[in-house]
Amino acid sequence: MRYLPLDGADRRQMLARVGVPDIDALFADIPADKRLSGLIDMPLRASEIAVERELGAMAAKNVAAGSTPFFLGAGAYRHHVPATVDHLIQRSEFLTSYTPYQPEIAQGTLQVLFEFQTQVALLTGMEVANSSMYDGSTACGEAMLMAHRLTRRKKAVLSGGLHPQYADVAATLANMSGDTIARLALDPRADEDIIAEIDDSTSCVIAQNPDFFGNLRDLRPIAAAAHSKGALLIAVFTEAVSLGAIRSPGEMGADIVVGEGQSIGNSLNFGGPYVGLFACHTRFVRQMPGRLAGETVDAEGRRGFVLTLSTREQHIRREKATSNICTNSGLCALAFSIHMTLLGERGLRQLAKVNHANAVDLADKLAAVPGVEVLNAHFFNEFTIRTPRPAAELVEALVKQGIIAGLPVSRLAPGAGLDDLLVVAATEINAPEDRAAYAAALAKYLGGSR
Amino acid sequence: MRFTKDHEYVSFENGLATIGISDYAQSQLGDVVFVELPPLGVKFAKGDAAAVVESVKAASDVYCPVAGEVVAVNEAVTKEPSLINEDSQGRGWLFKAKLADPSELDAMMDEAVYSEFLKTIA
Amino acid sequence: MNMQGRPTQPGEATPIRRATFTGNRALDMEESLIFESGRLDATGVDIDDPASFADRLGDHARVGEIGLPGLTEPETMRHYVRMSRNNYSIDAGLYPLGSCTMKHNPRLNEKLARLPGFADVHPLQPLSTALGALELIRGLAGALLQMTGMSAVAMTPKAGAHGELCGMMAIKAAIAARGEGATRNVVLVPDSAHGTNPATAALIGFSVRAVPAGPDGTVSAEAVRAKLGPDIAAIMLTNPNTCGLFEREIVEIAAAMHEAGAYFYCDGANFNAIVGKTRPGDLGVDAMHINLHKTFSTPHGGGGPGAGPVVLSARLAPFAPVPFIVEKDGALDLVEHAEGSSSFGRMSAFHGQMGMFVRALAFILSHGADGLRQASEDAVLAANYVRVTLSDLMSAPFGDRPCMHEALFDDQWLKETGLTTLDFAKAMIDEGYHPMTVYFPLVVHGAMLIEPTESESKASLDLFLMTLRDLALSALRGEKERFVTAPSLAPRRRLDETRAARQPVLRWTRPAAG
Repeated sequence: MRYLPLDGADRRQMLARVGVPDIDALFADIPADKRLSGLIDMPLRASEIAVERELGAMAAKNVAAGSTPFFLGAGAYRHHVPATVDHLIQRSEFLTSYTPYQPEIAQGTLQVLFEFQTQVALLTGMEVANSSMYDGSTACGEAMLMAHRLTRRKKAVLSGGLHPQYADVAATLANMSGDTIARLALDPRADEDIIAEIDDSTSCVIAQNPDFFGNLRDLRPIAAAAHSKGALLIAVFTEAVSLGAIRSPGEMGADIVVGEGQSIGNSLNFGGPYVGLFACHTRFVRQMPGRLAGETVDAEGRRGFVLTLSTREQHIRREKATSNICTNSGLCALAFSIHMTLLGERGLRQLAKVNHANAVDLADKLAAVPGVEVLNAHFFNEFTIRTPRPAAELVEALVKQGIIAGLPVSRLAPGAGLDDLLVVAATEINAPEDRAAYAAALAKYLGGSR
Repeated sequence: MRFTKDHEYVSFENGLATIGISDYAQSQLGDVVFVELPPLGVKFAKGDAAAVVESVKAASDVYCPVAGEVVAVNEAVTKEPSLINEDSQGRGWLFKAKLADPSELDAMMDEAVYSEFLKTIA
Repeated sequence: MNMQGRPTQPGEATPIRRATFTGNRALDMEESLIFESGRLDATGVDIDDPASFADRLGDHARVGEIGLPGLTEPETMRHYVRMSRNNYSIDAGLYPLGSCTMKHNPRLNEKLARLPGFADVHPLQPLSTALGALELIRGLAGALLQMTGMSAVAMTPKAGAHGELCGMMAIKAAIAARGEGATRNVVLVPDSAHGTNPATAALIGFSVRAVPAGPDGTVSAEAVRAKLGPDIAAIMLTNPNTCGLFEREIVEIAAAMHEAGAYFYCDGANFNAIVGKTRPGDLGVDAMHINLHKTFSTPHGGGGPGAGPVVLSARLAPFAPVPFIVEKDGALDLVEHAEGSSSFGRMSAFHGQMGMFVRALAFILSHGADGLRQASEDAVLAANYVRVTLSDLMSAPFGDRPCMHEALFDDQWLKETGLTTLDFAKAMIDEGYHPMTVYFPLVVHGAMLIEPTESESKASLDLFLMTLRDLALSALRGEKERFVTAPSLAPRRRLDETRAARQPVLRWTRPAAG
């Protein structure tokens, strides 16, 4: 078998050295009646050709986002990943290396993480960031738990602008750890009164900007209100490119910032693996979950990097750890960092500008379709439209014409009475003709017979 | 000075107990990087976790060896954790407490008994 | 682990190599930070400015400099290629890391994961445009169920520890459904367990109680029974355990737990030892996470991403988190909402680590039933080969008992040398090997845990073992210098971790002007 280097002669020699007659002697501790006598009920080994055929057939049944006019965001965004990124993350030394616990032979990984942490801190406007979490939604849940530890309170207030699945994750965690959640109703027009929900028992307010519906929210009043009650503001974002155009959560007074980094350097991958970004004030760093790379020197006085503040983590604190996390999203963080380096400040701002321009163009075109209302006065690259027909049906109809029109809110919030809302995204990959085709198809669908 | 099996010490003077970790404990931990001290005024029962001393590779809970109320903490060790390595039984003290029952000290090991105890676990 | 007496302070170690102008040593190159070499106006991406338009940012626009440096494409390539060369990797050498299963990462897996039909599909696309994705997830789930003999599998956890959380949440939900949530709140964990086990239990409000291991490192049913009571929710056991040994009494332990109304969580980190040889479901396990990045070869990527699907018994299956795939009239569908079911909720947005699923399924299909069993047998054979080849020089805590896929040594044999496990590990680096797992499990003093995996040729194993023998003999001869100055040939000498923790510098900061 092409991945197994030992041959029959090797095995015989090794068995002889070990001093057992056959391999099953080494499995003698398995209770006799629990040993499998035959093979598992699965096909036998397969060649590359066969495996490629089988999985290729599955892949061929899916519509690739880049192959068709594509306007879906809602927490994961279709951007162009430069060829350099994918090439570099496939280098053996990045792809097949382990967690940098032996720093002398892992300076590549550690320096990348140090750069990544700095990029995330700068992007979010915060003092310090960790070396990544699994994704934005779990980072959000962990931030909530961190706020509980810091404030010694157990009630989180969740904005109705928060991605419904992020809120579900937080609710599941809270339910399991005996904490409380005050979850505001979904808020498509960004007119909730979240400040009224903050009181002396609140540990944190979790608010998203741009929010799930694409609205831009000023978090400054929320930060002030939270702080006045001794609570923390956790700011969430799902579209990292937005930070190239809109005011950072750090500037608005956030205490902890969490977000999804997938937009930069990482493909859609049907939902994973993604990369969670996590940043906070320096004074909170000992309560921050996840790994941290830190700068130091070696015995010859040369600058080097190591994992540090490990005593927060599970392998040392065990049941007193800040979290149970053992893995970060290393390779995805690397991809993020490479893409961010390729963009630079200038490139990121330009990329953000193009995204916004395309979204503005699309919003104008869709608003011109009779019966369609664009809800958002201000947005970045995503906005919500209200249509006279259920959004889910609209999406199915447009799929038949090869257009992925956006996310019907009813898919993530079936009982919320928002069946007429569709969340639409536009990025740099949408060509003007795509947007025109979408508007035309929409007009036809809405104007046509039932 | 009295010692516990978990390598805390108590030195008692003028009604006030000074608590820290023994020299043996600091040598086992390695370079101390961070100390978490209890808040002033908190009351501990004997055996409550009172402080945390962290080195690069380990975090050690410090248990309060006698019941008492925290009346002072050693800010110096939070600024300079290396004090605990240099002089854990002197300048590297952790906190001072007003004891609920000073007779609890009688049951603890004195320096000689503790030295013998250390030999058994070496 | 005492670092004292070893050179880690700057200037303590004599530079071994001749200084050069650049600091480079031929192909061993230094590389500065992007913040030192990059420029705010440099960019490696060409983006055309849009035609002028009226923006809709309101007063939310970002004003002022962010501070992100850029590099052009050639500079970017150099930067990352040069940094990468300071990393050890599986592709370059053996990683004997016990508990990590550092096997070969097949490149077919990378190719297939990058097919546009897998990589370029959005999780929230209309399901009719992603049925092949559901088919793939279902295919992997089916394979995992075959291998484990369990009833259901939660595919969404994003890493092993996340899988532990999922399994324990399912157990907590099952207990609550029986009305015992208030009373059953203690989890039994052996002292030898990986730190994620007690951390996970504590995270969701369980208190942790230790179960002692016997003199041979395994847990006896008697020791477990002694701890059972109406307050016990579950036990978390690793099997094979963290000492590399199969828990011989696992069936009795599972039975005892079930009799007492409790559950059995199995940490599946060491599944590589038993795939195709026995099934956790047959042993009485209620929930077990599987590390796809260990047993099923998905790449470690310098620390992640991982994936930790959790197989569940029939008792726990109803509580599995959303989303999960169902089949109705031959068609696949995705259940995304917990309402109306016993599901305990949602662990993360979207549907799990699809990129890792493709890789793992490619691995499983490539090996097939016969290859998978052969892989486990080779892994166990290789570990025992390591054990017997070193046993005359290095002390093993549990005598000459055969191990499973990893061999455990302690530091007894080093006692007279004045050298530590860490010194020994660092000396391996100079020989071109990543050290084995050290100081884990905690129950063994100065532990050295070696897991060669099935991916090593006999020649590779023999060279590795001869090297370790050479090092061991050198240590026993008292040649301390080689060890206390190690590593001396790596891109960096030992690093000052104390300084990194006492004065944390966690990011680059622009130096103050003037």
